[in-house]
Amino acid sequence: MSARLDTGRPQRLGRGWLYLLPVLLFAAIGVVLALGLERDARTLPSVLIDKPAPEFALPPLPGRDDRGFTRADLNGQVALVNIFASWCVPCRIEHPVLEQLAREGVVVHAINYKDDPRDALAFLRTLGDPFARVGMDREGRAAIDWGVYGVPETFVIDREGRIRYRHVGPIQPRDLERTLRPLLAKLAQ
Amino acid sequence: MIRARLLLAVPLLLLALSARAVTGPDEMLADPELEARARALGKELRCLVCQNQSIDDSDAPLARDLRRIVREQLVAGASEAEIKRFLVERYGEFVLLKPPVSPATWLLWAGPFLMAAAGAALVWTFVRARSVRPEEVTELTAEERQALERLLEGGSGERTR
Amino acid sequence: MIAELGHFALVLAFAVALVQGTLPLLGAARRDATLLGVAGPAALVQFLLVALAFGALVHLYVVSDFSVANVFQNSHQSKPLLYRITGVWGNHEGSLLLWVLILALFGAAVAAFGHNLPVVFRARVLAVQALIAVGFLAFTLFTSNPFARLDPAPLEGRGLNPILQDPGLAFHPPLLYLGYVGFSTTFSFAIAGLLEGRIDPSWARWLRPWTLLAWIALTLGIALGSYWAYYELGWGGFWFWDPVENASFMPWLAGTALLHSAIVVEKRDTLKSWTILLAIVTFALSLLGTFLVRSGVLTSVHAFASDPARGVFILVLLVLAVGLALALYAWRAPSLRGGGSFAPISREGALLLNNLLLASATATVLLGTLYPLALEVIGGPKISVGPPYFNATFVPLMVPLLALLPVGAIMAWKRADLFEALQRLWLAAAAAVACGVIVLVATDLRAGLACLGYALGVWTILGALTDPLSRAARAAGGLARFARRLLSLPRASWAVAVAHAGLGVLVIGITAVSTGQSERILAMKPGDVAEIAGYSVRFEGVREVRGPNWIAQRGTFTVTRDGAFVTEIFSDKRFFIVEQRPTTEAGIHTTVLRDLYFVLGDPLAEGAWSVRLYHNPLALWMWGGALLMALGGLISLSDRRLRVGAPRPARVAVGASAP
Repeated sequence: MSARLDTGRPQRLGRGWLYLLPVLLFAAIGVVLALGLERDARTLPSVLIDKPAPEFALPPLPGRDDRGFTRADLNGQVALVNIFASWCVPCRIEHPVLEQLAREGVVVHAINYKDDPRDALAFLRTLGDPFARVGMDREGRAAIDWGVYGVPETFVIDREGRIRYRHVGPIQPRDLERTLRPLLAKLAQ
Repeated sequence: MIRARLLLAVPLLLLALSARAVTGPDEMLADPELEARARALGKELRCLVCQNQSIDDSDAPLARDLRRIVREQLVAGASEAEIKRFLVERYGEFVLLKPPVSPATWLLWAGPFLMAAAGAALVWTFVRARSVRPEEVTELTAEERQALERLLEGGSGERTR
Repeated sequence: MIAELGHFALVLAFAVALVQGTLPLLGAARRDATLLGVAGPAALVQFLLVALAFGALVHLYVVSDFSVANVFQNSHQSKPLLYRITGVWGNHEGSLLLWVLILALFGAAVAAFGHNLPVVFRARVLAVQALIAVGFLAFTLFTSNPFARLDPAPLEGRGLNPILQDPGLAFHPPLLYLGYVGFSTTFSFAIAGLLEGRIDPSWARWLRPWTLLAWIALTLGIALGSYWAYYELGWGGFWFWDPVENASFMPWLAGTALLHSAIVVEKRDTLKSWTILLAIVTFALSLLGTFLVRSGVLTSVHAFASDPARGVFILVLLVLAVGLALALYAWRAPSLRGGGSFAPISREGALLLNNLLLASATATVLLGTLYPLALEVIGGPKISVGPPYFNATFVPLMVPLLALLPVGAIMAWKRADLFEALQRLWLAAAAAVACGVIVLVATDLRAGLACLGYALGVWTILGALTDPLSRAARAAGGLARFARRLLSLPRASWAVAVAHAGLGVLVIGITAVSTGQSERILAMKPGDVAEIAGYSVRFEGVREVRGPNWIAQRGTFTVTRDGAFVTEIFSDKRFFIVEQRPTTEAGIHTTVLRDLYFVLGDPLAEGAWSVRLYHNPLALWMWGGALLMALGGLISLSDRRLRVGAPRPARVAVGASAP
């Protein structure tokens, strides 16, 4: 009764692959896991890429200007739209990068997300104001139309007013060199 | 809404999962039927900034905003499908905890039943291969009956019925 | 000094594991008794060394030595002693050391108590066990050293995530690890069996106590984790289908299938290659879980923050261990033969069906857990697979499992009479149907799922009890004789009955809480009274209380029913001072029939508080059911046949050493 390597009964043809199946399936899982390690599990790609920027008309930041920021401002030129808030610590880290871009002539607009206007104004007075237009989104509704799920986020808009890229989190100098500058250069052509 | 991962100087903290259910009394709709629909829908929508919570369970400000949008749209007469479409247009299918059936999810939805069916087919071939040899069956039964008798004499308390 | 001692002990353990992982295999190939003899002592020494390292880390936490980076990052002097100790495994490095400790513990246990195993087989088991340890010790030493120093030493630590400062979560990881690291033994037994090329009923008998031990611990660990989520997360949810929960649930499902298929190998000498595969897969799923939790590849509320280097290391371990095992399986398993006839209507046929359903359920959970990742990797959209998916796919697989369970468990081996089995179960079936109908009528007609759940639960419980009761009742005689017969039934019968009844109790609990929960979310001012499920709840107000390292707003509720006092319930909103984080402590009053579960929310305008009241019917049954299942496992573990030195039937004693 003990089952040694029993060759008494001829093995039926075609069964061998069944025993290979587990290791093959596992290999597939291993490949998925290895590739999965490469990606950032927490970054959500935007579904708005290559789609027109959503409609919005946001009131101005009192004390800064009185024009506000609307969808129409996005037509005709390549621009960045930055979602920021004075209470957001990474925004402070990112701010010098935006200022540098503005100095280089890149148009940078901003949506001020769920902020107290006085705090937002103080933020810009202290750290500098690189923004062409600033719109106040106190309820965060415009940001939801943009598919924003955290601050800061930065969108690249082309001349036709389409969203071409979204950066999640603060723009680090290396993001600038690797992705943003080449993209801006391409869109400017 | 500040992304926690950017601030985690300590790399090995467990992520916070305190305070899950937070649909507050101030958010609820007066109409109990609409409110029930809002709750049910909220359980199918993912809180994007949390890890794996529905907006109904999450304390995050974005989840609160989305709960409010769900309720506003329900009050305005929108259907569940319309509200889902509204959110998918902004956040992608990631926002749906129940992935819709589409070419990308055919395997996901069919998978369990395909696997069960494949398993059943395997079981069937196995059992058939083992039960269609009457001559072998009787032979082995005799041999095993002996073994069984020996077992019983050994008093091992095994069931024999 | 202590930290260096601990580190040194780990390095030594690594060296010992290397020796233990190689020499006995060489000895097995050459039939060299000296080399084979290395395995046992090496396993014991390896365990002692890892235990020494673990003890050193615990000591560092107890004395709050913040010159050790791991202690600094995860502890604080103001923490109570209990949480200073349990904080050891509240972080990646420490919990990894616990993992390795438990791995070594099982190796040492096989060395110490595995006298019933043939020498060569035992040496191989210990060698495989040691090879796994080599991988994980290297992982600890090279990527996750818990003894790394800080210079200069900080004066105070950063504290521990407050949600971990809880007795439930403090003991959840050790139990969980005892479970899924315990399945390393089934893996080692499978590999050793494949290496020998001989799998027979005695192999299944040797495997059984180790599988049972791991299974019991995992059952308790999952139940404790679920209970913790239930009372700590604040809304009475108990299972979230989170990737990390799935990571512990998959080995449990596969391990449960293994327990059942191993019985078929033991009794009928068939299903061998399938059982071997299950033994490998169960531990592979444990390793996969370890990878998922520690690599950051999936987002989960429970995950340790990610570190890609660690992810790569663990993935390499996973691929080496599981890949080699499955390759060995593909090579050796086709030559495993055995058994003879296999009638579909028989106990083994039913167990095969059980395995089909459990394996499908395991595969479903695996598919749902990894699908979003796989889709993204091949360039598809990013999607979520959440609880609605798992409920829609997992439950349909469990329904036939539960429906078939009592019938299968009562059938005879080899060739059973389905009609007779059903006849014996008519009482259970009638009660189940009656119960389902009552629920259907008593609630409303939409409650189809509830009615099905209760009916299946009752069916499973009564079905499980039918066998022992009817066997005891078969003999004539009075009640005393009946009771005596009942008690003298073999432990194996009791184990099956208790574990299966526990499953039924669990199903009823889950059904009741998922379909019968009442909820009220409202704003209450002190003195306000609310009604829930026939109880009157008076909100007495909120006062401030202080704990050892937290300050809390404590809400007090007085519960009455028909004017009679029932209980007073307290719910805290705690704020942990060092960590600067809040937690919510639900106030729960439990009876066998229901939990009253109250949560204090945020303060609102005009002195009102946001309050959530839940009435969870039969909530205790969920944990009680899990405990009964584990108890069934324990009874089975205590069965005479499994004890060391128990007499074995002559026919399976091939190659077994003298007890």
